[in-house]
Parts: sequence; structure tokens; C-alpha cells
Amino acid sequence: MKKVKVYVTLRESVLDPQGSAVMGALHSMNYNEVTDVRIGKFLELQIEEADRDLDTIVKEMCEKLLTNTVIEDYRYEVEEVASK
Amino acid sequence: MKFAVIVFPGSNCDLDMYHAIKDELGEEVEYVWHDETDLSGFDGVLLPGGFSYGDYLRCGAISRFSNVMSEVVKAAEAGKPVLGVCNGFQVLTEAGLLPGALLRNKNLKFMCRTVGLKVENNETQFTSDYAKDEVIQIPIAHGEGNYYCDEETLANLKANNQIVFTYASENPNGSIEDIAGIVNERGNVLGMMPHPERAANDIMGGSDGLALFKSIVKHWRESHVNQA
Repeated sequence: MKKVKVYVTLRESVLDPQGSAVMGALHSMNYNEVTDVRIGKFLELQIEEADRDLDTIVKEMCEKLLTNTVIEDYRYEVEEVASK
Repeated sequence: MKFAVIVFPGSNCDLDMYHAIKDELGEEVEYVWHDETDLSGFDGVLLPGGFSYGDYLRCGAISRFSNVMSEVVKAAEAGKPVLGVCNGFQVLTEAGLLPGALLRNKNLKFMCRTVGLKVENNETQFTSDYAKDEVIQIPIAHGEGNYYCDEETLANLKANNQIVFTYASENPNGSIEDIAGIVNERGNVLGMMPHPERAANDIMGGSDGLALFKSIVKHWRESHVNQA
């Protein structure tokens, strides 16, 4: 069993109004060191061992459904999960 | 002319769309559940507004994989008119039938009010009953209507005259070039954030949206009379 952690963020070229609002709040709280905030999504998938290559299917799932590549970028990490 | 109003779990403007076609336009219309696998009996397809699948993941992302969507793609490829309003527009971009995507409104607020729309292109089968540059009053109701596309796509939209509606005075959502609605290259798929079906009779506060549906029917009648 594998745990796949998928991180989704808006592409650099896309304005992130939520991130901008949060940065504004942080600045008003005197955390002026913060120069950028990007808000994204975090997905955790549990995936059973199968014949299909894990990287291939994770990329497929990300590009077909989990992200919209017109506006979003993604990256993922794979962790081993002990089978019960 | 017979229209299909596609109903997803979470659609909430399907009744308005149905009413506009049946009662205001006097054409045939049926609700089609998202699980259906045949749209061959219909002449036009309407994707209504709402929050299909609760807008989970992204607006329109899950609906796009409904059974009926491969039929919607087929209808679009066959040249039938396909109109997506609000959530319907989001579904069409997710499905790749229209370029670009809809982002969260720039001011992060859900905007619900009537806005002025400028008819940028009245040479489409959806807008022939309007005058070019005419300003019409149509309600909006969305939190994610901020149209975005990359520079290359924008250049293509302009070159092919695919920008159909823009916000006339104030842009409520921060969309690129004030875009409110676009068509595909072929001109038979229109996506727009404002709701023409909510402006189909003066009793609703306005009837500027009715000409859009009349344009579709007029074009259909003309092309089917010519073929006969």
C-alpha cells in the first residue's frame, strides 16, 4: 500500500486573490517579512499495489481530474504504508 | 426545436432554463439526468447554473466526467448548439469544449446582481437577435466567474472573434479583458457567466436574455429550412 500526497497550487502566472488577502492580513499583524502567500490544496490518496505503474496513474489522475492544468500546478510525494 | 436541459446533482437553474424555453419561447424542452447516455433526439443542449457536485475539487470538475458529457461532446462535434451558463460554462471549460478556466472572483465575494453586458459579437447563432455593441441587462450570480486564459489563447479568441459578451461598465469578477462569455472556434458552443434565462420576461425584472434563445431557434429554423 502506498500513500500519495498531492499538492496543488495555482500556477505562477495566475493571480491568487485568497493568497493576497492572507498576505495583507499577515502584514497588518506586523509579519512584514512575508513576501508572498499562495493557497493550494492537499490531497492524500491510498493506493494499492497493482500491475499499473504508480507514477503513470498518479500523473494521469492529476492531469485528468485532480488538477486543471490551465490554472494549476501539482507535485506529489509517495510514502510506504504498512499493510494491515 | 427540442432542447435538453442537463441536470447534475446540485444544478439549481435547471427550472429557470426549462421555463425560459417552454413558456417564454414556446419550444420543446426536456430535463436530462446526468447519467443518461443518449442526446441524439435533441437539437440543442443547455447546461444550467448551480453547484454541480457541490463544486467539490473545482467547479465543474466532477460533472465533466458524467455519462452525459460524452454525449454533450458528441452534440458539439455534430454542430448542435450547446449553451453553458454559469456552472454550465465552468463545466464546458473543464470538459475542454471551451478554452480557459474560471477562477475565484478577484474580490473573493459571491456577486449576485444585474450587470450590463456588451454584445461584442452579434454574428453568432446565439446573438444574431442583438445589435453589435448593444448593452443588455442580465443577472449574474457567481463566486467563481473570473475568466482566465493564457496570452496565446486570448490572442486566438480575439483573432477568431470568439469573445461574445464583455462586462459593459464594471467588471464584477476580475475576468481577463472583461470577458463574460465566449464561443468555441466553430461558433456552436457558448459559455457565459451571466444568466440569460433569469431575464426572460419583464415580470422577472428584465427580458434582455430572451433574444439569446430566440437567436438559437432562428438559426436552427433557417438551417433546417435550407436543408429541406
